[in-house]
Amino acid sequence: MSRNVNKSAGQPGRFGPYGGMFVPEILMEPLRALEGEWRAAMRDTQFKRELNDLLRQYVGRPTPLYHAARMSAALGPEIYLKREDLCHTGAHKINNSLAQCLLAKRMGKTRVIAETGAGQHGVATATCAALFGLECVVYMGKVDMERQALNVFRMQALGAKVVSVTAGQQTLKEAISEAMRDWVTNVHHTHYVLGTAYGAHPYPGMVREFQSVIGREARRQILAQAGRLPDALIACVGGGSNSIGLFHPFLKDRGVAMIGVEAGGLGIRSGQHAARFAEGRVGVLQGTRTYVLQDDEGQIRLTHSVSAGLDYAAVGPEHAWLHDIQRAEYSYITDDEAMDAFHKLARWEGILAALESIHAVAWVIKHTCRRWTKKDVLIINLSGRGDKDVQQIAAWEQAHRKA
Amino acid sequence: MQNATRIAARLADLKARGKKGFIAYVTGGDPSLAATEDIILRLEDAGVDVVELGVPFSDPLADGPTIQAAAGRALAAGATWSRLMGMVARLRRRSEVPLLLFSYLNPLLVRGFDRTARDAASAGADGFLILDLPVEEAAKNFQTLDRLNLDHVGLVTPTSPAERIKRIVAASSGFVYCVSREGVTGVQQQLAPGAVKLLKATRRLTKLPVALGFGIATPQHAAAAVQEADAVVVGSAIVDRFHQAQHTATGRAAAARWVGTLVRAVKKV
Repeated sequence: MSRNVNKSAGQPGRFGPYGGMFVPEILMEPLRALEGEWRAAMRDTQFKRELNDLLRQYVGRPTPLYHAARMSAALGPEIYLKREDLCHTGAHKINNSLAQCLLAKRMGKTRVIAETGAGQHGVATATCAALFGLECVVYMGKVDMERQALNVFRMQALGAKVVSVTAGQQTLKEAISEAMRDWVTNVHHTHYVLGTAYGAHPYPGMVREFQSVIGREARRQILAQAGRLPDALIACVGGGSNSIGLFHPFLKDRGVAMIGVEAGGLGIRSGQHAARFAEGRVGVLQGTRTYVLQDDEGQIRLTHSVSAGLDYAAVGPEHAWLHDIQRAEYSYITDDEAMDAFHKLARWEGILAALESIHAVAWVIKHTCRRWTKKDVLIINLSGRGDKDVQQIAAWEQAHRKA
Repeated sequence: MQNATRIAARLADLKARGKKGFIAYVTGGDPSLAATEDIILRLEDAGVDVVELGVPFSDPLADGPTIQAAAGRALAAGATWSRLMGMVARLRRRSEVPLLLFSYLNPLLVRGFDRTARDAASAGADGFLILDLPVEEAAKNFQTLDRLNLDHVGLVTPTSPAERIKRIVAASSGFVYCVSREGVTGVQQQLAPGAVKLLKATRRLTKLPVALGFGIATPQHAAAAVQEADAVVVGSAIVDRFHQAQHTATGRAAAARWVGTLVRAVKKV
């Protein structure tokens, strides 16, 4: 179940030197209890059956692996899109929210909390909380609430309380801190549904397991549809859950390249980005040891991306390890390149992708001709749909036309 | 065997005299390092036994609004590690007050933990309490601190079962900090009911002095909290008092007098 997680010498949840449990003491026992419950649930056939039934009947899995013919013709290689945007609620986030809410129910918790950046994880958690009759509170940075207003309304309509976080730069990082503060205060009856493969053990490994359904399906589907394994997998990396979910089931397939695409924002030289592998260094933030964008004093740097879901100063610890052992490579795409790709994909395939996912599409548009030919097969994880972003995109374009 | 740090020596001396200890928290550099230096001297004059000096961090996830805001003010005013250590070194020329550095891990890692610990030792600090470094992850860091004769104060909380408390106190030096309740730092109206139980459980497992903190804000509160403990820690209430005092000399004098009332309440127990 948890390959590649070392449990060495009392230091749980390591991915090489990364990961771990760097949290206040008050959370250590709750995290251990969560790990125990997760491992027990994964051995429980009834739990697994309930989860799989819901993934099929409620989420709509398996999601299609769609051969993007016009995009392929335009770019060269055969390109397949893993359509996580077709999941109920519009992104891969629900794979994890559903499983964690089921776990919360199993643990007898009556309340779930979540952080959200783009709002997709908040919507997915609010949805699953409604499904199981759990109280739900979602923490969201004030800036993100403004740029993802549609998702705020969706969460509220689903019965969740959305709390505006006004600390710091008012985005995802502050929302996570605020959710952790809630959790340490209400840990007896509350489960924290962390939305990405990040944070203290067991979250990175657990969220990856819940998201690996993406890669397991994609592997089966590409073998059936293309008759062979792909040459490369491409996915965007914020915290890194959609990408690790796609990558993980292919880790042993040595011929399959893996490319994680971070937010290049206004460009690396501008300093306004969230490209942790471009400028980050190893540190500890919000529970885990990983690459962190920080200054010479160890203070966490401000980040920028047009995409709220990628706008975060650190990256999931398993990605840090895959980077160091060179099993995956990491690159970035700027806001401008992402916006351009949004329109290209819309015209080629009739798909409006989320601003997060479009970073992966943009990377393929930018780099394909140099690396792959017609004979090659690529899978892009289309982790979410773009409905939530249309107002922001319209505003961005208006501003850029003026400029 | 190591020499006792100023922290351990002070708490041992109090114990020998049958007195309870008072530990005060301030955020380093709020609103300036010169102000912090002045505040610490005033706290010492008010009878404070140990000062917890907060190393400001941009993302203090275990802190409530008061100390979050203090860290924000300190960073905005340019508090850096080397300036903070400069202030500690200046302070040491005038005061022997025991100083415990209260920090998140990341600001201590960025220039290498060993170098950071050496800086602290040579400036004259007496130990560290690292909020997000649980005992499982701490072995190497604590060895470094031991080599430098710096204390490493462990935290136990209402969610820590007996086996964990045992492990934490075994890895602690100076004293053990009991967190009185679940939650973040910040002022509370009354002492949490689980606090006494936790104190008693901790006492049974260690000979180290045990301090109780989180949420203490009034003399009555402090006196009640210290009944079962060797010392109390007061943080947010003090940070807030000095912040409200507008950091004028008269304001600070009044805030220090208020701290004095808490200290006296504790000393009477």
